[in-house]
Amino acid sequence: MIVVELIKMICRPRTWLIIGMLVALPTLVAILLSVTDLGPRPGTGPPFLSAVLSDGTLFPLAALGVVLPLLLPIAVAVLGGDAIAGESQTGTLRYLLVRPVGRTHLLLAKLVTVVAFVLLAVLVVAAVSYAEGRLLLGRAPATGTVSLSGSTLTQQELSWRTALALGYVIISMLSVAAVALFFSTLTRSAIGAALGTIGVLVTSTVLLGLDAAAALHPFLPTRYWLAFVDLFRDPILWRDVVRGLVVQLGYLTVFTLAAWANFGTKDIDD
Amino acid sequence: MTTAAATNGHVIQTRALTKRYGELRAVDAVNLEVRAGDVYGFLGANGSGKTTTVRMLLGLVLPTSGEAEVLGMPMPAARRTVLPRIGSLVEGPAAYPHLSASTNLGLLDATGSDRSRGPERRVKIGNALEQVGLDPADRRPVRTYSQGMRQRLGLAAALMRRPTLLILDEPSNGLDPQGIQEIRRLLLQLNAEGTTIFLSSHLLAEIEQMCTHVGVLRDGRLILQEELETILRPTGLVAVRTPDIDRCTALLGETVASVEGDQLLVRANDPARLNAYLVGEDVRVEEIGPYRRSLEKIVLEAEART
Repeated sequence: MIVVELIKMICRPRTWLIIGMLVALPTLVAILLSVTDLGPRPGTGPPFLSAVLSDGTLFPLAALGVVLPLLLPIAVAVLGGDAIAGESQTGTLRYLLVRPVGRTHLLLAKLVTVVAFVLLAVLVVAAVSYAEGRLLLGRAPATGTVSLSGSTLTQQELSWRTALALGYVIISMLSVAAVALFFSTLTRSAIGAALGTIGVLVTSTVLLGLDAAAALHPFLPTRYWLAFVDLFRDPILWRDVVRGLVVQLGYLTVFTLAAWANFGTKDIDD
Repeated sequence: MTTAAATNGHVIQTRALTKRYGELRAVDAVNLEVRAGDVYGFLGANGSGKTTTVRMLLGLVLPTSGEAEVLGMPMPAARRTVLPRIGSLVEGPAAYPHLSASTNLGLLDATGSDRSRGPERRVKIGNALEQVGLDPADRRPVRTYSQGMRQRLGLAAALMRRPTLLILDEPSNGLDPQGIQEIRRLLLQLNAEGTTIFLSSHLLAEIEQMCTHVGVLRDGRLILQEELETILRPTGLVAVRTPDIDRCTALLGETVASVEGDQLLVRANDPARLNAYLVGEDVRVEEIGPYRRSLEKIVLEAEART
């Protein structure tokens, strides 16, 4: 079942359209940077972006930093929202269920597929932006990459930190996927489910900018999204990363269980 | 697996099956009985609860109360063993519009635990598509299909796993008259080979032409369930159409069962003898023959009783 869902995802033109969108934004940024040579001042703007003018190898991370706050979560919301509601819309849900495919099994397959999409999207974005960084932006200093704290990271250190960062991004997106999946079991409209999820994320972001909501901040889903940047400090600043993981896993658990509880006993009468 | 079904011969049996949506009883204490080898016609107007019943049989909708047994096992509890042996069409066909018919069937086959392997799957898909009159080599996406072709594809999906029971909701929807006939022939052939068929329809004629048994649903209640042959057997009445109604009535006296316009219903066993008698008495007979009730009339009568 999981394999079938993966094939369906890969064969869908929409998947590649979304990935194309995700790649387009960092590409635009890279071109603008290389043409104007105007990076944001250090400490402002998206993470790493000030560093990439001198060190192009950091551009994949900068690209993720650019995509992560808005485009990637929207893509995940669209895919996750489509998971059950989309099948319901085309009428294929009932034929899957009488095949029979277990309902829990179907939910899991959908969740895994969204994760696979995030992985695919992140890898494509990283690969393309790596090439762009190499071609358009500054050459890496021969001594190795400079961490955000100013010290030098070896290639090996950079590799596993990047892997950790990717893992962190994927888990962050997984919780978005869980929220979207839950909404997807509530409604017959894929767009409705996607909008609901985006609504949650926008609410979270708005509250983050509001001091009156300070008590809520540690529990908001988007609060620690960019904490992966801390993995590139020397030494690594674990505090926000760990908090972020706890929050994301919390959202993931709660919403996956809610989706399961709702879908498991739902009357399929579309 | 077949033991329970074999002991009482029931392929579908429901006991007081009920589905309530708030105050509305969409399906109300329905006791269906479908035996192996039947072609069971499930009749009812749109909104009478047919589709909800079908969905409960398939485990898509959970009953509020009552039980359903399919292939001798309780549904939805035994859906993992029961459903792979059922082919179904529920409220219209469905397929992924951007994929071809055979890709759609391939994906559907691959999702089940009883999936088949490469070449075997291709043969299976090819056969199913040919059976319903679609071209297996057609690579066009289903998006470009007409309603009738989609309906055929839905049937192919139902037939692909060689089911012992077919549950088809309005199978002739969207088909042209020739398509309806083709599909009817196909279903009857499958039935002759041992497949039990449960089909729902709001078309009396369709049921009358195909089915061995009929169940009629009205406002969620099963108001009639009978063997079609029993319902439509000769009534022991002869219908006589004549312009000389009064003379005829006077002549036949007690044996006239009813008069309706220019038609008489007469209690008699032999239309030929009755005809000879009437003509001998100078009654002009326009039409004479054994009286059979139409399914439509029976359904209307059953509805009037409730």
